[in-house]
Amino acid sequence: MRHLTKWTLAAVASVALVGVSTDANAACEELVLGSAISFTGKYSTNGIHAKNGYDIAAKRINEMGGVKIGDKCYNFTIKYYDDESTPARTAQLLERLIKQDGVKYFLGPYSSATTKAAAPVVEKYKIPMIEAEGASRSLFNKGYKYLFAVLSTSEQYLASSIALAAEVAKKNGKDPSSVKVAMAFENDPFSLDVRAGVVDDVKKHGLKIVIDDKLPRDLSDMSATLTKVKAVKPDLLVVSGHSKGAATAARQIKELQIDTPMIAMTHCESAKIVKKFGAATNGFLCPTQWAETLSYKDKYFGTAAEYDTLFKKTFDGYKNVPYQAAQASAAVLVWKDAFERAQSLDTEKVREAIAATDMKTFYGNIKFSKAGNNIAKPMVLRQIQDGKYNVVAPSEWASHKVVHPRKAQ
Amino acid sequence: MLDNLNLLALAPVLNIQILLDGIFIGAIFALAAYGLALVWGVMNVKNLAQGEFVIMGGYIAWYVGTLGIHPLFGLPISIVVMFAFGWVTYKLIIARVVEKDMFISLLATFGMAIVIQQALNLAFGPEIQIADSGLPTHSFKALGGSFTVAEIKFYSFLICCFLAAAVIAFMKKSRMGQAIRATAQDARAAKVMGIDTEQVFAFTYALNAAICGAAGVMISMIWVIQPFYGITHSIRSFVIVTAAGFGNLPGVITAAFGLGIAEQYGGFILGAELQQATVVGMLLFVLMWRQLQMRRHRQAVQ
Repeated sequence: MRHLTKWTLAAVASVALVGVSTDANAACEELVLGSAISFTGKYSTNGIHAKNGYDIAAKRINEMGGVKIGDKCYNFTIKYYDDESTPARTAQLLERLIKQDGVKYFLGPYSSATTKAAAPVVEKYKIPMIEAEGASRSLFNKGYKYLFAVLSTSEQYLASSIALAAEVAKKNGKDPSSVKVAMAFENDPFSLDVRAGVVDDVKKHGLKIVIDDKLPRDLSDMSATLTKVKAVKPDLLVVSGHSKGAATAARQIKELQIDTPMIAMTHCESAKIVKKFGAATNGFLCPTQWAETLSYKDKYFGTAAEYDTLFKKTFDGYKNVPYQAAQASAAVLVWKDAFERAQSLDTEKVREAIAATDMKTFYGNIKFSKAGNNIAKPMVLRQIQDGKYNVVAPSEWASHKVVHPRKAQ
Repeated sequence: MLDNLNLLALAPVLNIQILLDGIFIGAIFALAAYGLALVWGVMNVKNLAQGEFVIMGGYIAWYVGTLGIHPLFGLPISIVVMFAFGWVTYKLIIARVVEKDMFISLLATFGMAIVIQQALNLAFGPEIQIADSGLPTHSFKALGGSFTVAEIKFYSFLICCFLAAAVIAFMKKSRMGQAIRATAQDARAAKVMGIDTEQVFAFTYALNAAICGAAGVMISMIWVIQPFYGITHSIRSFVIVTAAGFGNLPGVITAAFGLGIAEQYGGFILGAELQQATVVGMLLFVLMWRQLQMRRHRQAVQ
């Protein structure tokens, strides 16, 4: 029995990782935000990026005097649990945060799958959650009232590449209806969302779909699809299938010497395709939620570039700041803004304040639709040019011009 | 679908590309499947951790690559390390379940698969990894078009052929190979004849791990690896062995090439979403056909 208790204690201790933000203003009270997020399992890399994003924002807000409600001030503390990248665990841990730890304000988990599991729980207990890492559009068509997301939803990921292809065709004196599009999407909720957005925009701009392949989840070979691409010679190839899709596509595009003039895919950075495949990836278009070269700014972090510098200084080992971290920070900023506008700790009042959010941050503008997704921030398209990711669309924020056709090497 | 068939007729060179890709990849499937057939036939253990062994081999090649050594040198290292790993897991786990009924060994190997996945995840993280061979791709002109051959796929094919030949020679000529074949035929009789079947089992299991490790080295240079991608390779091996039957090396090789080519054609004609469905569909067909054949056979005996 004694052994059993010892093991149970050890297990509990290893599960409960409590993060405490430092540099708190001593005179302020504590205001606890809760999050069940992935420190282990398949989402752990990005889960930790998100945690770092949450932490740096909480720290910055506390340094700047905390959250002011009436004549009191509060310091953000974030209570984390590790959901082991399993949705069922996320839901369990959120209940635990609510029932045992009494947390009333949530930050999201990492990934659409875990957020999907979290949404019904926060709805049931009427606890508002501002999430930054679940992009699936199915999160925002269920009528959830307590779920808000600062990021662009997934159907916007590659849609801008279609507009870009149409634009390029017009500039070259061609009719957009002559533009042939080849699509290869993994058969999973995220990529199918991305596909839905692409198909909508293809219809809008009057392009023509010539290949529409869905890659099974457990397939790491798309040479059959690419052989087809080689034969029908489309003007644009769009690929989405998480890191595996990007790595497989980049490797086999190089191997089969595919010379499609425009190629767009998700997850270029997380798959590290530039490092792995070098010059063969030149000209790929990659969507991103955020880039440090954008001209957004706010009073907490300054410009996007200043956030980038501060983040790299605070956390070791980052060459590029992932957008997953930036959007996590933005979610914490929304919490502060909402508390101060609500001037209350009452969850209902704070929820209303969140719903009415209309703010500018270093990450982009944030304004929620009725469904809870952010409608004020567009998706950014970057092109790999000589091994660097340069913003090429939308044109208002673009720092570089798109290279077309891409130079296949 | 008809469009795609039309495309094949219009550009016959595509057939060459698809066939070559299918054969190159089929050769690697054959390796992993032969390992499975060996363990299945000799020990009657269905190794569900087969794919994980493959992925482990892949990580060894990748790791060797990160040290600045060409990942192909990972091949001998992988074979040695995986052989040792297979031996140790046999002594620790498989030896305890090999005599028990089938479900115990299924559970044990399934548990091993999970442990290996999570251990790889802890050690190397969940990111996709590739080992870069740095070898170029060549383009050839034929039948009014062009097709490409990646050098690494060609070399992998040669290595697979060499390894398969080595294993066949070993099984035919060496004392241990003969002992393995004797044990496969009848373990009890082999024991009576003075063969240390325990040793044979351990060796067989270790040999399987080593073969998988070699396959993994090639996989990491041709496709991508990640701690959780083993399952696909396990399933492919099972499909091949089920179709070919164990103890039938030519059958395994034919089935593996067939599977590789069928996957590529299925993906091309029916679309990538049905690429693996094609394979599983073929398995179903083979099983039904076998069933009918055997029914005839049984009736004849009566």
